[in-house]
Amino acid sequence: MTEVLINSALQLVLLLLVAPLLSGTIKTLKARLQMRRGPGILQSYRDILKLLRKGMVIPETASWIFSAAPYMVFGTATLVGLMIPMTTTHAPFSLFGGVLAVVYLLALGRFFLALGGLDTGSSFGGLGSSREMTISAIAEPAMMLAIFTVALGANSTNLSEMAKVAVGQSWRFLAPSQMLAFAALFIVLIAETGRIPVDNPATHLELTMIHEAMILEYSGPYLALIEWGASIKQLVLMTLLVNTFFPFGLSSDWTLQTIGVGLAFYLAKLLTLACMIVLVETTNAKLRLFRVPELLMVAFILGALALISTFLF
Amino acid sequence: MNMLSLSTGFALSVAAYAAGAFASLACWRRPALARRICCSAALAGAVLGGLTSVLGILRDTPVAWSVPSGIPLFAYSFSYDALAGFFNLALAIPVAAVSIYSFGYLKELEGKRNIGLFGFLFNLLLLSLTVVFTAANAFLFLIAWEVTALTAYGLVTFYHEDRETRRAGLLYVIMAHIDAGCLLLGFALLINSTGSAEFASFRPLAAVLNGGQQTAAFVLFFLGFAIKAGVIPFHIWLPAAHPVAPSNVSALLSGIVIKTGIYGMARIFLDVLGGVPSWAGLLVLIVGVVSAVLGVLYALMEHDLKRLLAYHSIENIGIILMGLGAALIFRVAGHPMLAAVALVAAMFHTLNHAIFKSLLFLGAGSVLHSTGTRNMEEMGGLIRPMPVTAFCFLIGAIAISGLPPLNGFVSEWLTYQTLLAGFGAISGLRRILFPLAGSMLALTGALAAACFVKAFGITFLALPRGAKSRNAHEAPRTMLIGMGWLTLACAALGLGVTWFLPAFDAMTEQLLGQRVSTHLVTAHGLVLSAGMPTSGTVSPLVIAVGLLVLMVPAALLVVLGVRRFGRKRGPVWDCGLPGLSEENEYTATAFSKALRMIFSVLYKPRREIQAVFDVSPYFPKEIHFESEIEPTFEKRLYAPLQEFIFRVSSRMRTIQAGSIHAYLAYIFVTLVLLLLFGVRK
Repeated sequence: MTEVLINSALQLVLLLLVAPLLSGTIKTLKARLQMRRGPGILQSYRDILKLLRKGMVIPETASWIFSAAPYMVFGTATLVGLMIPMTTTHAPFSLFGGVLAVVYLLALGRFFLALGGLDTGSSFGGLGSSREMTISAIAEPAMMLAIFTVALGANSTNLSEMAKVAVGQSWRFLAPSQMLAFAALFIVLIAETGRIPVDNPATHLELTMIHEAMILEYSGPYLALIEWGASIKQLVLMTLLVNTFFPFGLSSDWTLQTIGVGLAFYLAKLLTLACMIVLVETTNAKLRLFRVPELLMVAFILGALALISTFLF
Repeated sequence: MNMLSLSTGFALSVAAYAAGAFASLACWRRPALARRICCSAALAGAVLGGLTSVLGILRDTPVAWSVPSGIPLFAYSFSYDALAGFFNLALAIPVAAVSIYSFGYLKELEGKRNIGLFGFLFNLLLLSLTVVFTAANAFLFLIAWEVTALTAYGLVTFYHEDRETRRAGLLYVIMAHIDAGCLLLGFALLINSTGSAEFASFRPLAAVLNGGQQTAAFVLFFLGFAIKAGVIPFHIWLPAAHPVAPSNVSALLSGIVIKTGIYGMARIFLDVLGGVPSWAGLLVLIVGVVSAVLGVLYALMEHDLKRLLAYHSIENIGIILMGLGAALIFRVAGHPMLAAVALVAAMFHTLNHAIFKSLLFLGAGSVLHSTGTRNMEEMGGLIRPMPVTAFCFLIGAIAISGLPPLNGFVSEWLTYQTLLAGFGAISGLRRILFPLAGSMLALTGALAAACFVKAFGITFLALPRGAKSRNAHEAPRTMLIGMGWLTLACAALGLGVTWFLPAFDAMTEQLLGQRVSTHLVTAHGLVLSAGMPTSGTVSPLVIAVGLLVLMVPAALLVVLGVRRFGRKRGPVWDCGLPGLSEENEYTATAFSKALRMIFSVLYKPRREIQAVFDVSPYFPKEIHFESEIEPTFEKRLYAPLQEFIFRVSSRMRTIQAGSIHAYLAYIFVTLVLLLLFGVRK
């Protein structure tokens, strides 16, 4: 019991601290690759701190749903973060929800955020909500297929169990089914975290925006919670990718040393994945909204192929 | 003692419904009295039926009683077993809510409508449903089935001045009779082999029937029950009939009447026939997937609130059939344990859907009651005048979207686990269907969430889109109590699922010989597991508590910030064009536009825009926008069928000469032929 509590506390601190750092790192890396100086990797912390110290403006048209959404986004993202193994295979809340709970809890946060977007009565909010729900709906089957491929291999949907099985076979990612599933989940990651070529996280000034349109009316601490929650969600999805496919450094023991080694490996893996995202973001242009389903269809087919190739190899 | 109290409870509940039916008909001249009789009788029947069902669910051996009727093959035989008890529970919970709700809801109709007649039909419907779930004689079952269909027809066409309502009622009654016809033939097949119409006599039959007979029996029963359940492609009556009925009736139709189809499949396929071939299970699974995905896709295109909910019933029936299909397959494949888990998933979703769909229809009824419209495009901002209705509807929306920690999530989670387990348990290439079905369940869930963001957001949030919703008011207290009861049930069955699971034990024991509740629960009842040691666990209770706990620091941050730096209300960003009004809001049609374009292959949307302008096309004075999607099944399947039937009937009209002599000759010839047929046998 105490172990679970300590583990939860540690993981919670890690989640809350690493998530903004990761967003900041991605921003800086992207700027460097585009020959800009960039804001520095600590910028996301500064943004959150600044927003927490601002007054709030609530739209006159909004109801309590508008205020509930930031809490739901933040709450679901952090709760999901506790269900996922980060530095060791022990996720503190693994017993209380596996990968299905992760997907559905993130959907719960999105459900409320989309309602928050509609609640303002502004057409931007509705536009953002509509697009967000649409894209996430088409991303869902691809995501599930890819996850099923991994879960069927591990015979469990619990992330700790999946990680334990993965640790036993570190080079499994070379199997075709795993590589295909990884590719599918990578595309889904791009879509779910609202990155180019699906959405542009850097701007709320164009009519093609999705996520930013939904949260246009949020300000002050509410906006801080949403931004923080979004970065935690991004961290969680990236963790899901790196730890289920590349279990290097994960240990099933739970000592100070394994946690330290695990943390070092974990950060290195995250950095690698961040570099991949940065490369994709820099070398691609944003897709038209109605081309996005095609991209996600590719992800779905990759997922289906991954599943079929578990028969063959 | 237990047995005695069970049959007494059953008899009392039936008597309450019957008394309510006839007493409210007798008092039709005094509407206030008729309303009170109708609702109190239904409430009494539901409470008694609910208590009885708890006794029934927990019993391992069925209680059976039979009264001979003197007519060959027909007897008043009842068998109250765990399956019957479970469906009676799924009947009692929504009926209790609906009858409390109706105290307030029917008041509006006093003096305008014949409430006595309503009470008669309403209570008779409940009575016949109770009998359908307990009948153990084929003809008794069919009679109750028919009474259900006819009373439901009467209730659907309660507002019969409306042409749309009459057409919907006609479509319903036609489909209901096609399904009754299929069932009659199916039972005839069984009766022919045994010479008895008792369900008990059919049970040893599974071994006797040859392959062709088995296939025929399966097809006939499946058709009959699938039409009743509104499975695609037999669904066209459902979105027509459910919305036009009074809202309290819609809640029952979608909540429980279509579940008689599910009950029938469970009763006949699992209990009476004792299993069906593997391909039949696969067929049920695939039909379930198709219904789920297409149901939710059609729901997304609706902006009539009640039609939208009706399409979601098709979707949820699909999800239930996924679980049921998996149970049928596992049973044949020799995995009774997995089959039991799959059956629990299907039955739990049946109960959950009965609860949250009734809740949503009652919520839609309150909105309709208050605004006088079903069109979402005229609604908006109703969360302010109707806060309680809005909250209840929101809970229902979260539950039906399968989001944690409510009951819809739990049963969908069990369905996922079942499908995943199927991949390991079934051999051959067909096992790939299970994870694919799982991914389609994911698509369904995500689309349902999108649809309910639309349904709740457009109806209850932002600014009112018309005078009707500007003058809205909260529903009367009885209606709120009815909705509140179902809201509580949604939360209780989600958070407390581990304590509810033993309710399935007797049923799975009876149908599959397995008790699974202890396998499905670990960690002292805190955590739901999927039955296998390593296959996945979840705890809705911990998720709910965890969410609340994690929101506390977030709330602290916000409170601290607001205290120091203030918080004010301001206008919404209007792009510098002052005067943002409801005309700038997103509409339901606009919300689903993206999906309409993505799935245009299915919808074949058509739109027409006419703009009137003076100087420049950029500044139109008037715009007329029309958009519709093609009703594929109606147009491609039913329209040709209808045309064919009309052609055949017009040919056959030649033998209908209108001469009484000719008709007498027909009767004589038929009689002779039948006699010859009988003698030959």
